[in-house]
Amino acid sequence: MQKRKILEEKFFLWLMRIVTMSIILVFVFIMGIILKKGFHAMTWEMVSQEPQGGFYFGKGGGILNAIVGSLYLAGGSTFCALVLGLPVALGMNVHWVTKTKAVNAIRFLLDALWGVPSIVFGAFGFALMAYLQIRASLLAGIITVTFFIVPIFIRAFDEVLRTVPQGLMEAAYSLGANKTQIAFTVFFRQALPGFITAILLAFGRGIGDAASVLFTAGYTDHIPQTIQDPTATLPLAIFFQLSSPIPEVKERAYAAALILTAIILIISIVSRLSTRKFKKNIL
Amino acid sequence: MAALLGISAKLTNRISTAWLNFAVLFLILLPLVIGVGLIVKSLPLLKEAPIGTMLSSSDWSPQQGHFGFFAFIMGSVWVTLLSFVLSAPVCLLAAIYLTEYSPGWLTQTMYFVIDVLAGIPSVVYGVWGVLVVVPLLADYVAPALGLSTTGYCLLSGGIVLAIMAVPYMLNMLMEVLRSVPIELKEASLSLGATYWETIKWIVLRKGLTGIIAALSLGISKALGETIAVLMVVGNVAKVPASVFDAAYPLPALIANNYGDMMSVPLYDSALMFAALILFVIILLFNSITNFFLYRIKEV
Repeated sequence: MQKRKILEEKFFLWLMRIVTMSIILVFVFIMGIILKKGFHAMTWEMVSQEPQGGFYFGKGGGILNAIVGSLYLAGGSTFCALVLGLPVALGMNVHWVTKTKAVNAIRFLLDALWGVPSIVFGAFGFALMAYLQIRASLLAGIITVTFFIVPIFIRAFDEVLRTVPQGLMEAAYSLGANKTQIAFTVFFRQALPGFITAILLAFGRGIGDAASVLFTAGYTDHIPQTIQDPTATLPLAIFFQLSSPIPEVKERAYAAALILTAIILIISIVSRLSTRKFKKNIL
Repeated sequence: MAALLGISAKLTNRISTAWLNFAVLFLILLPLVIGVGLIVKSLPLLKEAPIGTMLSSSDWSPQQGHFGFFAFIMGSVWVTLLSFVLSAPVCLLAAIYLTEYSPGWLTQTMYFVIDVLAGIPSVVYGVWGVLVVVPLLADYVAPALGLSTTGYCLLSGGIVLAIMAVPYMLNMLMEVLRSVPIELKEASLSLGATYWETIKWIVLRKGLTGIIAALSLGISKALGETIAVLMVVGNVAKVPASVFDAAYPLPALIANNYGDMMSVPLYDSALMFAALILFVIILLFNSITNFFLYRIKEV
C-alpha cells in the first residue's frame, strides 16, 4: 500500500515535469523556427521600401507599407480605446464603487465581449461600413479594431485599479476633491503601471490581429496618406505572401512574421520594464 | 483665484462625468448592436430557408442558392474538440506542477513563456503550423500509420489550436488552483495524506468548478480562432471522416469567402449568418463559464 502510494506520487510528479518542460520546449521550438526562417529571409530592403513593380512575383521592394499601416492602425485604435475606455475603467472604481452589483454586471459584460472572436468583430465592422457608407479604409479598420480591444483594455486596467486602497479615496474626499479629481489624479497615478500594461496589451492585440481587418482595412501597396485610404497590415501581408506559390514571396512572409514577432516581444519587454520603473511612486 | 479654480474643477467634473456616462452606455449597447446588426444582415437568407434545414444540411453550393452549414459546424466542433483533448490534460498537469511543486524560478520563467505565447499573433502560429506541423504529418506521421494526407487536415488545425489555447488555459488554471485555501491542504497533509493524494482529493475536488470553467474558456477561444486554423486546416466543405481529412470551420468560411461574396446573391447574408452563429454560441458559452468563475472569485 505504502509502496503503491509512493510509486503513484513519483509517476505523476515525473509526468508533470515532462509536460511542463514540453510546453517550454514547444515555445522554444516556435521562436526558433520563426527566428531562423525570418533571419534567413530578412533584408534591409524588406523594412525600408514599399513594394516595387513585380513584388508579388519575387521582384524588388519591401513591406514598409504593411509595417507603417499596422502601426497607424494599432496606434489609432489604441488611442480610441483609451479615450473610450479610460473613463469607464476609472468610473467603475471611483464613481460607482458603491454600486457593486452594477459594476460587476459591467465587468461580466466586458469579459463576455473579450471572448468574442475577432472574425465576428470583422464581420460586424463590415456590416457597419455598408450602413455608414464607408469603404475599406484605415478609418473602418480603426473603428473595428477599437471595438475589439476596448474590453481588453478596460478589464486589464480595471484589475489593477481594484487593488488601489479605499483609504486613499476617503482621504481625497476629506480634502475636498471631487470624483473626477480623485479618478484622474489619485487613482490613475496609483495604477499607472497597470495602465501602461493595459495600453501595451491592447496595442499588441490590435497589431497582431488579422481576422478583424481582413474585411475592413483593405490592402494596398502604398503607405496610407489620409484616414480614408485603404491600408496594408502586417498579419495580412504574412497571410497573403505565404499563400503565394513563388518561393521568393514565401520567404518574405517569414521575414514579415519575424518583424511582427519582434514588435510583440519589444512590447512585452517594455511593459515589464516600465512596470518596474513606475512602481516606485506607488503607495 | 480659488473660486475660479473651483468653478473650473466643477466644470471638468461635469464634462468628464457626462463623457463617462456616454462611454458606459456605448459599451453596454455594443453587444446588442453587434447582435442586431448581424441579425439584420442575415435576414435575407433567413427569409429564404428555415434555420433548421440550413443547420442540418451539408449542401453548400452558393451558386444554386443552397446554404447548408452542417459541414462547417462539424468542422468547427471537431477541430475544437481535438484541440481540447490535446491541450486540456497538458495544461492541467502543468498547472498543478507549477502551483504545488515547482521551484520559484521555474514558475517565473513560465509566466514569461505564457506571456509571450499569449502575445504571439495567430498568423505567426499559422506560419509555424505550415512550416512544421503540416510537413510533419504529411511526411512522417501519416505514412507511419499507412495513410496518406496532404498535411492540411483536421489534426494540424487541432495541434496548432491546442498550442494557442495553452497560455489562456494554463494561466486561468493556475489562478484557480492558487485560490484553494492553504488550510485545507494543511489539514489533509496532517492527516497523513501524501502530497499527490492531497492534490487529487482536496485541491482538484475543491477547484473543480473553476477548472471546468477555465477549460471552457480555452474551448471558446479555440472555437473562434480564425487565421491560424484557416492556414493549416485544408478548407474543404465536407464533413471530415478522420483526423487526416481536411475540414472547414466556420471562422475560416467567413474569412475565406470575403472576396467573392458580393457577386453571388445571398452569399454575404450567409456569411453574416455564420458570424451570428459564432457570436451567439461564444457569448452564451462565455457567460456561463464566467458566471461560475465569478462565484469562485467572490468566495
